[in-house]
Amino acid sequence: MSEAAAHHDHHDHHPSGMMRWVTTTNHKDIGTMYLVFALIMFFIGGAMAMIIRLELFQPGMQFVEPQFFNSMTTMHALVMIFGVVMPAWTGLANWLIPIMIGAPDMALPRLNNWSFWILPFAFTLLLCTLFLPGGAPAGGWTMYPPLVLQTGAAFPFLIFAVHFMGVSSVAGAINIIATTFNMRAPGMSLMKLPLFVWTWIITAFLLIASMPVLAGAVTMLLTDKFFGTGFFSAAAGGDPVMFQHIFWFFGHPEVYILILPAFGIVSAILPTFCRKPLFGYSSMVYASALIVFLSFIVWAHHMFTVGMPLAGELFFMYTTILIAVPTGIKIFNWIGTMWRSSMTFETPMLFALAFLILFSIGGFTGLMLGVTPVDFQYHDTYFVVAHFHYVLVTGAVFAIFAGIYFWLPKWTGHIYDETLGKWHFWLSLVSVNVLFFPQHFLGLAGMPRRIPDYAVQFADFNMVSSLGAFVFGATQILFVVIVVKCVRGGEKASDQVWEGARGLEWTLSSPPAYHSFSTPPEPSTIEGGMR
Amino acid sequence: MTFSIDTERCRKLAMAGSIWLMPSITLADWEFNLPRGVTPYSNTIYDLHMLVTGICVVIAVLVFGTMFYAMFAFRKSKGAEAVQWHESTTVETVWTIVPFIILVCIAIPATRALIMMEDVSGADMTIKITGYQWKWQYEYVDDGISFFSTITRDANVARQLGSGIDPTTIDHYLLDVDKRLVVPVGKKVRYLTTAADVIHAWWVPALGWKRDAIPGFINESWALIEEPGVYRGQCAELCGKDHGFMPIVVEAVSEEDYAKWVQEMQAAQADAGQSWKAAATAVAQREQERDTRI
Repeated sequence: MSEAAAHHDHHDHHPSGMMRWVTTTNHKDIGTMYLVFALIMFFIGGAMAMIIRLELFQPGMQFVEPQFFNSMTTMHALVMIFGVVMPAWTGLANWLIPIMIGAPDMALPRLNNWSFWILPFAFTLLLCTLFLPGGAPAGGWTMYPPLVLQTGAAFPFLIFAVHFMGVSSVAGAINIIATTFNMRAPGMSLMKLPLFVWTWIITAFLLIASMPVLAGAVTMLLTDKFFGTGFFSAAAGGDPVMFQHIFWFFGHPEVYILILPAFGIVSAILPTFCRKPLFGYSSMVYASALIVFLSFIVWAHHMFTVGMPLAGELFFMYTTILIAVPTGIKIFNWIGTMWRSSMTFETPMLFALAFLILFSIGGFTGLMLGVTPVDFQYHDTYFVVAHFHYVLVTGAVFAIFAGIYFWLPKWTGHIYDETLGKWHFWLSLVSVNVLFFPQHFLGLAGMPRRIPDYAVQFADFNMVSSLGAFVFGATQILFVVIVVKCVRGGEKASDQVWEGARGLEWTLSSPPAYHSFSTPPEPSTIEGGMR
Repeated sequence: MTFSIDTERCRKLAMAGSIWLMPSITLADWEFNLPRGVTPYSNTIYDLHMLVTGICVVIAVLVFGTMFYAMFAFRKSKGAEAVQWHESTTVETVWTIVPFIILVCIAIPATRALIMMEDVSGADMTIKITGYQWKWQYEYVDDGISFFSTITRDANVARQLGSGIDPTTIDHYLLDVDKRLVVPVGKKVRYLTTAADVIHAWWVPALGWKRDAIPGFINESWALIEEPGVYRGQCAELCGKDHGFMPIVVEAVSEEDYAKWVQEMQAAQADAGQSWKAAATAVAQREQERDTRI
């Protein structure tokens, strides 16, 4: 980089104090705010999970009323999905996409500021329902009518909170698409993009296609409740099951919104610590695209028990199990990357490897759940709970941890405490399996999900699961300690940080200047197909 | 059995844990697999479940085994050098086609099972199930019997917050009802499920399926119970605050016992009907007297 350009990059005049964060249009600031927001929400949602596991520690009701328990399961899901995983992905996208593609910032910086600042308002709306008469929403995050229409004063808060979250994530998605299609450095062709950028573009299209559907569905709930329509009321000529179809038409793509960026992160970390290019780069891109196509035609597997015609059940079973093919391709490509490589096991790599195995377990149970006749047994049991927590906690959340550890030295300029990082990993790995693995057995043995109390034969596995939950929850405090410690100081990180790191972001200084790539990088520095 | 090692380990761990932590809970069942059930369909499902689980376990052993081998063999600390290849059309074609073939092997028996489940023709009798917040109503369409079935009183008292009653002292805590659904063994019973308020789901694991009970719509399913016995289940769709407290109990009895039960129920209902009619007549008479006085 020329001296003039470097000088230009250091023009970081911006307001200081609180106003810096309120008015910022800088992708790094906004990325940081998204990640901090996600971390705060992670502990709020986690506290709700602790209440759930505390009540389920032993049979009988010891701590909370059933209605409050249902509020906890409902709010835990909404907070974790819309307040933790999605903002964390958008935060990572904000930080990484511009510096990965050699762009100076996001394409629409003011929209970027707005999409973040909607979120605190959305979650204030949602979380304040805990203090309203009638309590927080308790009808499940899936908001199935007619039950959700029995929600008290919290109902409109829920609907508008969901609307806000939708606006925020659609605006973020538009920004990411505009950035990657218009602001790539010369020489950064689409098939040279890091897979994290690829999976995020695909995610962004999913968001744009699916979030408005959710917005429509909840608006119909709103008019059913307050304006006398009967979209979902059989008595008024409507159909409660229609809501489920519309909801899951959003909901299944949403599943891939939550996991696709994780595929991108793992595809960045594995080659780095394997010191070997990613195996099958182009098949990774095509497999992601195929998963996305399939994700739009499998939605009814979430509702096999509603009583569909045989042909419908068969169609959704076939399309669902077909997803195992592109997902398998991804797993096999990662193994191909590991084969005959030269591995080291720093914390990001450990989390990425745990992701491979534990996400695969979630994939296997997903295949089992996709087999319609057997799903008639598994549906709405703890087997499902175990399945989606393997995919979302040991899948999405572990990938987020991996990504944070991986890029934290780049962002802060300091190496995090590797010993504490390893402690965080091993404690999380053991406790998360103690927490969720027994739930497979509970579900198979017949324990329904979303119940505050259970028959005594389920007592033992529930106690084991709760113990795992408490350790897993407490372990995450360690993560905050590590991050704060790293931000405040530590061993100076080199620009390259990791021996095997490849890609444009590693050519910048650690930490990068407030404005980076104000002049695009040399095309010769761009290597394609590495990760 | 791939799981047996796990259970054994878990059992020991939990025995130690439960003695140490919670002396009162030691009635461990440690159930970890799907029950085989008591209907032809539930047996089909069990076999299918074991097939798919088996396939998953075999693939998992192969895939995870390869991963662990790679993790141990290709370490930088052992002096492993990374080769730089990153593509192989042959390998990639193989690992696309092989999973597809495995899926077809799963899809064939699954399709057969589904066709079996959806064939409700030739049923010997019909029972209509209606879900309410938070109880079940059973109507024997052919015999004119109708009653509500709710959680037993002692369990309902014990499950209140801070009741101080140890759930282990209650028989079939949360899985027992005041009035059981009685069905004859060896008969194909058609179940029509619907609901009166919100969506519920009727589920008895031993029958091999659950089906949503949706207000305004009627779903059909069937079960042919082969062994007499008492089979327990619960509502499986979140239906409000007492969702966890609307159990289901099915009692399968011999055909003679069933016929006897039907007669008793019909007589009891006739009695109830008679006394209701008598009460109604009395009220009407009183009103008429009052009207004439005015």
